[in-house]
Amino acid sequence: MSVSKVVTGNYAAAYGALLSRIQFAAAYPITPQTFIVEHLSEFVHDGLLDADYVRVESEHSAMSAVVAAEATGVRSFTATSSQGLALMHEVLFLPSALRLPIVMPVVNRTVAAPIGIWCEYNDTMPQRDSGWIQAYVEDNQEVLDMVIQAYKIAENKDVLLPVMLSMDAFILSHTVEPVEFPDQEAVDAFLPSYKAEHAHLWPEDPMIIGSFTPPEYIQEVRYQTDQAMKAAREVIKRVTKDFASAFGRNYGGLVEEYRTDDAEVVLVTLGTVTSTARDVVDEMRDEGKKVGMVKLRYFRPYPFEEIRKVAEGVSAIGFYDRSISYGSGGPSYIEGRHALYGLEIPVMNFLAGLGGRDVRVPDIKLMFEKLLEAAREGKAKKDIVWIGTRGVEP
Amino acid sequence: MINIKDLPDEELFTAGHTACPGCGVALVVRNLMKVLGKDTVVYLPANCLLVFSATYPLDAFKVPYLHLLFENSAVAAGAIRRALKRLGKEHVNVVALAGDGGTADIGMQALSGAAERNEDIIYVMVDNEAYMNTGIQRSGSTPFGAWTTTTPVGKKIMGKTEHKKDVMKIMMAHDVPYAATASPAFPADMLKKFEKAKNKEGFRFLQIYTTCPTGWRAPSEKTITLAKMAVETGIFPLLEYENGLLTVNYRPKGKYTLEEYLKIQGRFRHFTPEMVEEVKRWIDMRWKWIRTIEEGQKVVSGGE
Repeated sequence: MSVSKVVTGNYAAAYGALLSRIQFAAAYPITPQTFIVEHLSEFVHDGLLDADYVRVESEHSAMSAVVAAEATGVRSFTATSSQGLALMHEVLFLPSALRLPIVMPVVNRTVAAPIGIWCEYNDTMPQRDSGWIQAYVEDNQEVLDMVIQAYKIAENKDVLLPVMLSMDAFILSHTVEPVEFPDQEAVDAFLPSYKAEHAHLWPEDPMIIGSFTPPEYIQEVRYQTDQAMKAAREVIKRVTKDFASAFGRNYGGLVEEYRTDDAEVVLVTLGTVTSTARDVVDEMRDEGKKVGMVKLRYFRPYPFEEIRKVAEGVSAIGFYDRSISYGSGGPSYIEGRHALYGLEIPVMNFLAGLGGRDVRVPDIKLMFEKLLEAAREGKAKKDIVWIGTRGVEP
Repeated sequence: MINIKDLPDEELFTAGHTACPGCGVALVVRNLMKVLGKDTVVYLPANCLLVFSATYPLDAFKVPYLHLLFENSAVAAGAIRRALKRLGKEHVNVVALAGDGGTADIGMQALSGAAERNEDIIYVMVDNEAYMNTGIQRSGSTPFGAWTTTTPVGKKIMGKTEHKKDVMKIMMAHDVPYAATASPAFPADMLKKFEKAKNKEGFRFLQIYTTCPTGWRAPSEKTITLAKMAVETGIFPLLEYENGLLTVNYRPKGKYTLEEYLKIQGRFRHFTPEMVEEVKRWIDMRWKWIRTIEEGQKVVSGGE
């Protein structure tokens, strides 16, 4: 029988790794991720988890270690945040092109300067072109459930790509919530042990992994990795459904729509802001305002069809962003505009919560009001709106 | 004890690679692979060896190998070894073959971490005393005064202004189970060290002097001569560190002078008598340290 416990997001992430029966973990501390690797070390030292647990000397080495272990043929795991992910940047491009299904939670934290430890997506968003599947989660239950699903998706033969699981600093990592822990037997049935058929370093079946490669061959590698990322869309939908039938929790696939059916305007969210936005939608619906929400669960592969379909039924759409590409707007907005090319409705960007500032109910209400106004006028006064910024009129 | 005559005929690092004529690295790796045998996994960082041994779809290695990056050889090799053990493949050796830049400079952090954790691998530093793959740039392991493309012989400054970093000493400070220096001009000593490294457990470090005729501006037929001269002049001592004790494997007999060693190599062509004296001072200083350790060990272990 599954049990319910009140735990932090970091504990949920570590427990997800335990239930996934990881065989290799590389650990390096960084706030606010540290508790994940601390909990893992407890699992190993208490004999609950039978895995190699290596306390490496940097995040660069952490990612190098898990790539090498996975290339040898074992299920591997690490976790990081912010500067740690930035230090890993060089290594991130390897497991995607080498097709090594690693899973890594990233506790989203602002990247310096100025130095801070609170939530911002300027750590994971700049990694969007590294070939990792990127998911954003809303609560601690989703953290645990997604670690298990991530391995299932990553190890699928049509995919074989690493998965980065983005979870908000402190709001999830250090906050306790009730989480249902599935049975080990049920997880084992859902996620069989890893079979390293396509890539391994075994003398009885010699293989080169990472050969020096001339231009005659590299472009095909890029194409195949792109195909794998595209194939991941269907696999993600299937795994979401399979997980729902096995464990009773359905996250909807690449996106989760909320009250979008007859919505006049829609806000696309990601991360924990989604929970607040869901309440705001209910509140505004009670006032007779036709607002809806789309929770963007995966940023890579990007759900072009789903976003387009929602947008085709509304008069204005907005994208919430917790990081910015200077001079261009938030990454979610940029991607959304790409998905909606040619659609003649106002497409807006709301920047809020950067550096870990709270995004409150009035902030999200304001986003919806701006969208409703743009829908009425057929045009947004400003496409990119900074919410709750000192000295800046939104 | 392994003998040259006992080396198997089978090549695990085969002909057909594209190393320069006289390349010390190719020579050393060929012999190392014969000692390590088939049950070996190789980790290669970005270096000459990666390019000349295995440009897709060709491959000179008959064993599996992994290449990831430049600076993570020690940690990657350690992870491979752990994963192999977990899969029940305990008999497989894991060896990292990194250059001097990949070891003394960019790879030092991962090397130090892996040595401190006593990762169960053989780490080989093929030391040709500069970044040769990128076109002869100075590394921490480049000797004093040497010309490289980033330490040119200018009107104001001539060559490298610092001495060679002593990586062997750094590895000794980590108290690893086995650390040794070796030269292909002393094959019996080198093969013995390969074999010892193979049979020991834990972190094993080998620093091998590998002549680079291209980068040193030296004749390609002088590869072994230079390797011999480097030992004979005392500039590259043959050492072994085992069970916390240092052993000098060969005492220079003065068969060659330092001037002779420097003269064959274009990278030292600009040397002034003062620069030669500075190298001599450095050699004497290092040997004084080596002798101090030897003497100290004798005192502690109870006399001569």
